Amino acid sequence: MSEPLVELDELSVHFRVAGGNGSLFGSRLLPAVSGVSLNIGAGERVGLVGESGSGKSTLGQAMLGLVKASGGRVRIDGLEVTSGERETLARLRRQTAMIFQDPYGSLNPVQRVGDALDEVLRVQRRLPSAERAERVRSLLEQVGLPASFARRRPRELSGGQCQRVGIARALAVEPRLIVADECVAALDVSIQGQIINLLLSLSESTGVTLLFIAHDLAVVRRLCERVAILYLGRIVEEGPVADVFDAPRHPYTQALIGAIPRITPDGSLAHAVVSGEPPSPLALPVGCAFHPRCPHAATRCRQAPEPELREDGARRWRCILPPGALAPGGSTVPIELDGRGARAPT
Amino acid sequence: MSAPRLSVSNLEVSTDTGIHLVDGLSFELRAGEILGLVGESGSGKTMACRALMRLLPGARLAITGGAVRLDGRDLVRLPEREMCAVRGREIGMIFQNPASHIDPIMRIGNQIAEAIRLHEGASRREARRAAVEALRRVGIPDPESRSRSHAHEFSGGMRQRAMIALALACRPSVLIADEPTTALDVTVQAQVLRLLMHLRDTEGVSILLVTHDLGVVAQTCDSVAVMYAGRLCEKASTRALLEKPLHHYAAGLIRCQPLSEGVGPLDTIAGQPPALDALPPGCRFEPRCPGASALCHEHLPELHDHRAGRGVACHHPLDGSAVERPS
Repeated sequence: MSEPLVELDELSVHFRVAGGNGSLFGSRLLPAVSGVSLNIGAGERVGLVGESGSGKSTLGQAMLGLVKASGGRVRIDGLEVTSGERETLARLRRQTAMIFQDPYGSLNPVQRVGDALDEVLRVQRRLPSAERAERVRSLLEQVGLPASFARRRPRELSGGQCQRVGIARALAVEPRLIVADECVAALDVSIQGQIINLLLSLSESTGVTLLFIAHDLAVVRRLCERVAILYLGRIVEEGPVADVFDAPRHPYTQALIGAIPRITPDGSLAHAVVSGEPPSPLALPVGCAFHPRCPHAATRCRQAPEPELREDGARRWRCILPPGALAPGGSTVPIELDGRGARAPT
Repeated sequence: MSAPRLSVSNLEVSTDTGIHLVDGLSFELRAGEILGLVGESGSGKTMACRALMRLLPGARLAITGGAVRLDGRDLVRLPEREMCAVRGREIGMIFQNPASHIDPIMRIGNQIAEAIRLHEGASRREARRAAVEALRRVGIPDPESRSRSHAHEFSGGMRQRAMIALALACRPSVLIADEPTTALDVTVQAQVLRLLMHLRDTEGVSILLVTHDLGVVAQTCDSVAVMYAGRLCEKASTRALLEKPLHHYAAGLIRCQPLSEGVGPLDTIAGQPPALDALPPGCRFEPRCPGASALCHEHLPELHDHRAGRGVACHHPLDGSAVERPS
């Protein structure tokens, strides 16, 4: 890996939520992200994968200083993001950008596309005003939209076109890092591929670093070089995409790979997935957080402390199973209709 | 093959401005069959299943043609009073987002019991017992105590199970499932799909599964109907469609799926679906179709019976067979 552009060191984000102590005024801490360390090299495309509630969006936002970290450090290109200094954050904003899930919701509905892009250039004060219109045109071209779209408003665009505008707006900053949070989840499958391919070619042509947050491993495989898998706020596995797919080392990764639908005529549900649902982060299981759903859970997994993150070359994983114990497609774990893992009434 | 339980012919749903959201939809759902209705957003699949239930959102939408036959009766022409008795009792429906279709302040068990009392005139006590039984059938653990819970105390997957229990409480013979797993995490999605298949196997429920996800279809459906811009473009057994799609759109949709095996750029279908108020004059897929000809530009292809129960609405189907020209 080249010199890391982004360094996360034991990053934690805790939210204070209502409840606890049985008191109306009590509160408790919800650990959304717990002790995540991750480096991203300049120009790298890294996928961050997890189910809802895994903390993947919070992690992306904390990285850009949009939510306050409760512990640990984030450095981007030498800037100490977690310091929270205004000047640092201002400099950070000139180097980073974000693309959001909802293509309509992330654009101002009454603002023309061209004005939305121009606003970014104006605020950044990078270009003399005479050159801004030309830059808006070239940004639209870069994301595959005709220049005439500058006069349109978001409601005159389709979801895929809106998402292209979102990408153009991110590129307007000339960022070194783009965080894309579920940016294809709301798009139809025939449009999804167009956006993935656009991000792929932009990353190759501009060398921008990409953190691609998604719940869909199959899409990540197409786009990213490396992948980190989050479960309940912790990285459970990380490594080069191809290696992780070919030989997952955490049963949760294996389950996610097994859950990718196979479009074959006899594609059955036999590639069974784990049972139950993730527990509430407010009541994490003792030991390995995945053990209540894990088909391989042993006594050790149910006892504190949780398994250490193991390291071997470019790969890291948090499981006591020896490497090579898991098949990529997933061993068949029957899903019983007993619905284990339901949350207890609170 | 058994007689169809639900038979839809030439169903048409339009706005008061004359835009057809669903245009000439025909399909049959047989006893114990799971039929996938596949399409992208705006293809009219949700409108179609709302029309089957006569639950079109908004006064500006109406069924403007066609028939929906259930056990010999045409639901389109049924008086509203009788339709009320059909909903829930003969056709059940579940939705994408259970949280917005379950009353948040009513206990789950009471909601199910209410439906049973309404439809079957059962006593309070009988209805309560039947509600607990309904929760047990969908695999909710400890149904006795969970029937006293509220929706917010359930996880996403459990809530979807509760909605299935509610829809099936009066044992309807047909279940319409509109994107039932789209809002669920992938590891939970398989559990709900498996439940639907289990209910089909044990109780013989016929299921119309509306989805945008061909992966879901491949895993669960016996047959599949593909919609594009309000019209049906192909109808076939799931195996036949996935092995050898005949319509260029169906083929494109299969190619775009990001499979676990693939790496590198994804296949895509260029362009985007047409706006329903500015449809192309001929085939609606023509502007995006790699196999389009001048004929496609001018004539809208009708759905023709191909062979072995397949239907395709294309002038140039992918197996090279010539389809009758529209007269």
